[in-house]
Amino acid sequence: MRGATHAKWAAGAVAVALAATACGGGSSGGGGDGSGVVGSSWGDPQNPLEPANTNEVQGGKVLDMIFRGLKRYDPKTGEAKDMIAESIETKDSQNFTVKIKDGWKFSNGEKVTAKSFVDAWNYGAHLKNNQKNAYFFGYIDGYAKVHPEKGSASAETLSGLKVVDEKTFTVKLTQKFSTWPETLGYPSFAPLPKAFFTDHEAWLSKPVGNGPYSIKSYQKGSKMELRKWDDYKGDDKAQNGGVDLKVYTDNNTAYTDLMAGNLDLVDDVPASQLKNVKSDLGDRYINTPAGIIQTLAFPFYDAKWDKAGSEKVRRGLSMAINRKQITDTIFQKTRTPAKDWTSPVLGEDGGYSDSLCGDACEYNAAEAKKLVEEGGGIPGGTLKISYNADTGSHKEWVDAVCNSINRALGNDKACVGNPIGTFADFRSQASQQKLDGAWRAGWQMDYPLIQNFLEPNYFTDASSNDGKYSNKDFDKLINEANAETDAAKAVTKFQDAEKILAKDMPAIPLWYQNGSAGYSDKVSDVALNQFSVPVYEEIKVN
Amino acid sequence: MGRYVIRRLLQMIPVFFGATLLIFLMVNVMGDPIAGLCGDRKCDPATAAQLKKEFGLDKPVWQQYATYMGNVFTGDFGTAFNGQKVTELMSSAFPVTLRLTLVAIVFEIVIGISLGVLTGLRRGKPVDTVVLLLTLVVISIPTFVTGLLLQLLLGVEWGVIKPSVSSEATVDELIVPGLVLASVSLAYVTRLTRTSIAENRRADYVRTAVAKGLPRRRVITKHLLRNSLIPVVTFIGTDVGALMGGAIVTERIFNIHGVGFQLYQGILRQSTQTVVGFVTVLVLVFLLANLIVDLLYAVLDPRIRYA
Repeated sequence: MRGATHAKWAAGAVAVALAATACGGGSSGGGGDGSGVVGSSWGDPQNPLEPANTNEVQGGKVLDMIFRGLKRYDPKTGEAKDMIAESIETKDSQNFTVKIKDGWKFSNGEKVTAKSFVDAWNYGAHLKNNQKNAYFFGYIDGYAKVHPEKGSASAETLSGLKVVDEKTFTVKLTQKFSTWPETLGYPSFAPLPKAFFTDHEAWLSKPVGNGPYSIKSYQKGSKMELRKWDDYKGDDKAQNGGVDLKVYTDNNTAYTDLMAGNLDLVDDVPASQLKNVKSDLGDRYINTPAGIIQTLAFPFYDAKWDKAGSEKVRRGLSMAINRKQITDTIFQKTRTPAKDWTSPVLGEDGGYSDSLCGDACEYNAAEAKKLVEEGGGIPGGTLKISYNADTGSHKEWVDAVCNSINRALGNDKACVGNPIGTFADFRSQASQQKLDGAWRAGWQMDYPLIQNFLEPNYFTDASSNDGKYSNKDFDKLINEANAETDAAKAVTKFQDAEKILAKDMPAIPLWYQNGSAGYSDKVSDVALNQFSVPVYEEIKVN
Repeated sequence: MGRYVIRRLLQMIPVFFGATLLIFLMVNVMGDPIAGLCGDRKCDPATAAQLKKEFGLDKPVWQQYATYMGNVFTGDFGTAFNGQKVTELMSSAFPVTLRLTLVAIVFEIVIGISLGVLTGLRRGKPVDTVVLLLTLVVISIPTFVTGLLLQLLLGVEWGVIKPSVSSEATVDELIVPGLVLASVSLAYVTRLTRTSIAENRRADYVRTAVAKGLPRRRVITKHLLRNSLIPVVTFIGTDVGALMGGAIVTERIFNIHGVGFQLYQGILRQSTQTVVGFVTVLVLVFLLANLIVDLLYAVLDPRIRYA
């Protein structure tokens, strides 16, 4: 029986070790006095954590905690409110004078001055700094010189930016853009301290900003500890003692950790758990609209899709998609059927309309079949919908959309999914006009303005107009809307332009994406803003 | 012996170059990695061109490979797209995975070999049948099922462990993941040892040892087990490499930021530098583990000699 004794010893060792592991568990402490720390899930930011280089939610979370810009979007209404800006004035919608408030500081003690903004924007715009959001500064005069399409920069700074005194600077734009101040809530426009330029490496390993939190420690790729910064000047002071961001490779693990009480907030509920989330969390699950719309884009560089009558085919295809069924069953209501080309977070005043797409976005199999036939049928006989297969579980809904189309048209071969291995490859093919047939397109807004949903996607040769859609009337209306000084009139103009999209159907609106999050019973007052980033400073730890 | 080791080390050079070249080419075929950096929108062309220049992606593939290899020999494995040095990623990921692998290997050796000896000596007895059945069950269940099940039961239902491993990834946190990672190999080790022991039990030298009147314990450990371990050592040796590179599933389930995590992320983001760097090191580990296995043969079986 000697062998058996050995086995018993091994089993005993495992049991002891398991017990030891259990003792190692710590959790966020603190009472209801605002000193508790929130444990939140995180993903490794894709790019270095520079304000003008961060274009996704994970890096955005950090920037939202450690930076405040001239404006800030109200987490509830999305309205751009003055933060550091005392005033932003203009007489002609092209030359702006920015005055900043007194007393703002960076957490290293340095004062926030007009120069902090101008230097930061010059850095963000310059080609040599490889900032992925450089195009944000594209409206400022002199951008073409610091960030030319080809070749190297011929100027070091934007000629449109001038520091007047410590509290004032002026901005000259290349064109009239009445709502330009409203774009300034985006983190790319944040001010930067001198340390960012003098010791860049050190700054990146522990960024310093002027927001309600400061970074206590940062272990790249795994963890960041943020603590409330007591000398923060703004009135949106942190209601908790800090936030610990922990990197999860798989959102399922984060969800399991939330269930086990090791984590307080998961802002990305895995698709596979959506069915259980109500019973697991009850009202501690939030599902709110975010400024993201998903569409099916079409190739206008392909003559087959750009001929007379093909708008009827696209309209027919749109009517063949049963949006409600797909959002209910596959997405468990974390998507809302689309009714226009913008997003409900804009609100009625901001340009959202639930009737703009009209019948074309309602399921109607008979009409769909008729329209596709009238338009000459689907080019090539089969519609290919391309998507990336690596992330985002797109296969399920693409297959569902195809099934819906096939059933409506009574043709098993009308639509087929076309998976592409990686996201990078998918994007590279789309941006180089190499895809034939339709592809999944998504748009996450940069700022809550109707302009941001229309111009970059559908204006002739615009930055994200991968399908190369072009319509002179649309372009004209967009230009007029941008020059309009009255905000309400501008929105009406933008909507007029959007009506042209309803007619041409350059992209089929599918659904608006919601932000979803779940939280533990240790925290309260959890909300997501329009960018699906949790509003960390408002979270209370019980 | 010394000459043999040198010959083997020299043989590693072509394997090393071949493997890195293959991986380099494979990552390259996946297409333009820069396009994935800007989300669902098109990268601004000037910035994209600048980034390509910076990462050397605008040059022909052979030139990229030459530059990369040149840098590798100076200890520079390049920079990932998030601005971190690949060597920095390695220094954080490899120790974690190494600990996980060690835990797994210890499980394989301790539990696997003990069970193997036990069943090998009692072939056909109830213990044997039960263990055989159990190993069959373990082999047929995919790792992610065992992993998720244990995580749910021990982590959430019973609260014995934390479902995820902290960024420090200490050894005590790695015990359950290590067990999950080792489970399939453990079953194989058991079966290999069992067969080997059962076969050698009837060998002449064992009969001689028993006839000499040696104590049973000595017969088993010194004579029987030592001779039966050769196939098992081969298996465990190759398994070291497989465990280190193949821990992706386990690492994802338990949120361990090791090699699997970095490789997965590197592939998703098409970061050639990260993928090639990590795989290169894995290839080296594999080769070294194989060499050690071969050397161990000579220790276990005196008849094997390397000139």
